[in-house]
Amino acid sequence: MIPIENFLVLSGILFSLGIYGVLARRNAVLILMSVELMLQAVSINFIAFAVYLYPEQFTGVIFAIFVITIAAAEVGLALGIILRIFRNKGTANVDEVDMLKW
Amino acid sequence: MSYEEVIFYFVATVTVFGALGVVLARSVVHSALFLILALLAVAGIFILLSAEFLAIVQILIYGGAVTILILFAMMLTRVRDMPQALDGPQRPFAALAAGAFLALSVLAVVSSDWPGETEKITVVPFRELGDALFRSWAVPFEVASLVLLVALIGAIILARSEEGE
Repeated sequence: MIPIENFLVLSGILFSLGIYGVLARRNAVLILMSVELMLQAVSINFIAFAVYLYPEQFTGVIFAIFVITIAAAEVGLALGIILRIFRNKGTANVDEVDMLKW
Repeated sequence: MSYEEVIFYFVATVTVFGALGVVLARSVVHSALFLILALLAVAGIFILLSAEFLAIVQILIYGGAVTILILFAMMLTRVRDMPQALDGPQRPFAALAAGAFLALSVLAVVSSDWPGETEKITVVPFRELGDALFRSWAVPFEVASLVLLVALIGAIILARSEEGE
């Protein structure tokens, strides 16, 4: 069988790539995609812990289901906001949207 | 090395390759296509963890709906037509932060003592998963549906054009 550490290290790699994407990218859609990568890493962790360590409870698997549900809602809402910002400001780059900065 | 490990390393390599493509690609559309690859590979990881239900949900919601939404957003915001830098000036800092997090998490995983059997996967049966979701987790489930409804209405109101008001 595959030891649990393999899954946890894979999830760590995915999460760090997500961190890199969120910090390095300028475009809001690309940042959103990096956030999706981080959510995937979290889901892998939840399921790995659930099936390896606490198989009699399904808390981890249930949490992964909720992560996917909330991620779907988040993507829809975030894309609505990005669309509205693009209509108002003519850009989807987060460093050019600085109306709140004095 | 057992055949399961060979499959795991193959799927994990595809996942990391796709994720690298998402954060490093020079074109936003390529980035989105790499994201589809990474999400499908993560569905493979879910199957290796014997969570088949989540793998199906992953392919349906992420592979289908989320990537289509993202491609639509790219089309509507015309990020493709702008030949400007996709990365900000804080790239070295981002690489440093990501590397530091990776080192920390790998260190934590390797040095931890995992309780119980860490070599054996217990399959979660569909029937018991559904039972747990609709009995013990019924209230969070309903709250999640409310969140989805609110997000739906909010997205419609945000994305609606000005003339309709």
